[in-house]
Amino acid sequence: MPKTMFDKIWDAHEVADGLIYIDLHLVHEITSAQAFEGLRLEGRQVRRPDKTLATADHNVPTDGTPAAHLIADEMSRKQVEALERNCAQFGVPVYSLGSNRRGIVHVIGPELGLTQPGTTIVCGDSHTSTHGAFGALAFGIGTSEVEHVLATQCLPQRRPKTMRIEYAGERRPGVTPKDLILATIGRLGTHGMIGYAVEYAGEPIQTLSMEGRMTVCNMTIEGGGRAGMVAPDDTTFAYVEGRPGAPEDFDKAVEGWRGLNTDEGAEFHSRVEIDASAISPMVTWGTQPAQVVEVTDRVPDPDAIDASADREAAERALAYMALEPGTPMTEIPLDRVFIGSCVNSRIEDLREAAAAVEGRTVADTVRAMVVPGSEQVRADAEAEGLDEILRSAGFEWRTSGCSMCLGMNPDVLADGERCASTSNRNYEGRQGKGGRTHLVSPLMAAAAAIEGHFVDIREWQ
Amino acid sequence: MRPIDVIEGGISVLDRADVDTDQIIPKQFLKRLERTGFGEFLFYDWIRSGEIELERNPIFLTGRNFGCGSSREHAVWALQGFGFEAIVAPSFADIFYVNCTKVGLLPVVLDERHCTAIADAGEARIDADDQTVSFSGGVVEFEIDPDVKHRLLHGLDEIGLTLRKEAAIGEFESSGGADRGPVTTAL
Repeated sequence: MPKTMFDKIWDAHEVADGLIYIDLHLVHEITSAQAFEGLRLEGRQVRRPDKTLATADHNVPTDGTPAAHLIADEMSRKQVEALERNCAQFGVPVYSLGSNRRGIVHVIGPELGLTQPGTTIVCGDSHTSTHGAFGALAFGIGTSEVEHVLATQCLPQRRPKTMRIEYAGERRPGVTPKDLILATIGRLGTHGMIGYAVEYAGEPIQTLSMEGRMTVCNMTIEGGGRAGMVAPDDTTFAYVEGRPGAPEDFDKAVEGWRGLNTDEGAEFHSRVEIDASAISPMVTWGTQPAQVVEVTDRVPDPDAIDASADREAAERALAYMALEPGTPMTEIPLDRVFIGSCVNSRIEDLREAAAAVEGRTVADTVRAMVVPGSEQVRADAEAEGLDEILRSAGFEWRTSGCSMCLGMNPDVLADGERCASTSNRNYEGRQGKGGRTHLVSPLMAAAAAIEGHFVDIREWQ
Repeated sequence: MRPIDVIEGGISVLDRADVDTDQIIPKQFLKRLERTGFGEFLFYDWIRSGEIELERNPIFLTGRNFGCGSSREHAVWALQGFGFEAIVAPSFADIFYVNCTKVGLLPVVLDERHCTAIADAGEARIDADDQTVSFSGGVVEFEIDPDVKHRLLHGLDEIGLTLRKEAAIGEFESSGGADRGPVTTAL
């Protein structure tokens, strides 16, 4: 019987009925402390430290603080120190402050060659779906599950349903992977993929770089999806090859990976078709990622929304965002611009942003910052001179971390500040209490920083 | 985990869809290293600003896609710490639902119509074993995975259950099943 890529990976990992084996467990400081404590209380060990890797990313400052004990915020310091202590006690490798391999967990996994096709990957972080870009089954888990995987290297799981989102047509200039996924979530809603492992397919996906595929898979969770996946191909293999964690016998590995693709005629529980050529640069206007419009649109009128739950949500969102229905999106003035986070902080994103702002200056009214996804991305960008271009234009250039995506560190919005952000969540208070977030692509964020408001990147000179 | 049997009493209603875990427990409370003490921070900003009021009842009832967003189990710890023993909604975000079942906060999925009727009733009796919710308007059944139900009814340590399958895990590893993926200790 023909199988989907998801089915092939799931079936190869089922240790017992409903119990799957985990090939890679990524760990960070926010969701692991209680899990390690649970192991200690029960006298349990980490079963496979050699399949586990930790890093500090969520609450670290991005000012170059070189060691955990120098973190100014006491609770953050204690949390990162606890991570280092726990990893030392249980033999888990950790890249903490001071390591040139540290970075956002979903950036360093692929970067180190740890994220590989055909594997199962979990992390106590919802954006673990990112790794599915390599043809892996990757999903976020809670702290109890983190403890479970640490102790057993397995996870009891209900088998999700499968969905295939097939894109057709050619992506137009100025339309980025971020716009593809924002438009998709806008259509399906924040609950549209609940219960599904989603395979993204079609030529507009196949022609994306690995960075672009990661952007798409990353935001699967914003549509409620359990996991997002893209079939591995030569682009994938070329990305993995030569990285520190890549398989020793690479050719043999590739041979196996070539068999992962969904078989002809395999059945999905749900299929969605999307015309990529009809997608424009997107901007969110509300407090959930599905509240999104094209940049040339206006702030929507809640009265025009039929479903009462959605209408009420829109009314609350507009009140929080301090937006009037009918306002052109391009006339919304901005205070801050943030380029970073696990969805858009890789070298390709920074190259796009730098190219857009080269020789220009950030608007007087805007404070703009760029936060590379990892120390390696930072080093690569600096070797290419991207930092100089961005600094000259008036951007702050920071060290790596989750930064202002979630405001658990000193990078936050002040009450009432409005931000164009390349991150993945525009929830109330996400970037700082009272902060107002508009999600956009790196290209759109860069242009908005220069102009002080959103612009249609396709028209921008 | 405490075993779950019958949960009975008043219902606190939050009539909103797509409530994300950032609202349930804001980020500033995620730096604690314990599993306890999160109840007082539940819906911190919404309650402090007076935007919502929430009574302490055994049952919480809310809108579709509850608990979307971040995987933070702290959200479940906060709801449980506040005093809720069961949550009724038309749908839950996947990770949130699983997190609930790990700590013994019973998630109950019912369609919108029944949710509204139960909210109006103001009180209910949820029987985890029978998989029923009884209220003044009638009795409705809900679904739950049989293994999850068994574990919740008996308050079983799930890791302990998996460790009993040691032979199968060991066999899987020694027969090449664990050969995929990187060796993180050899980078």
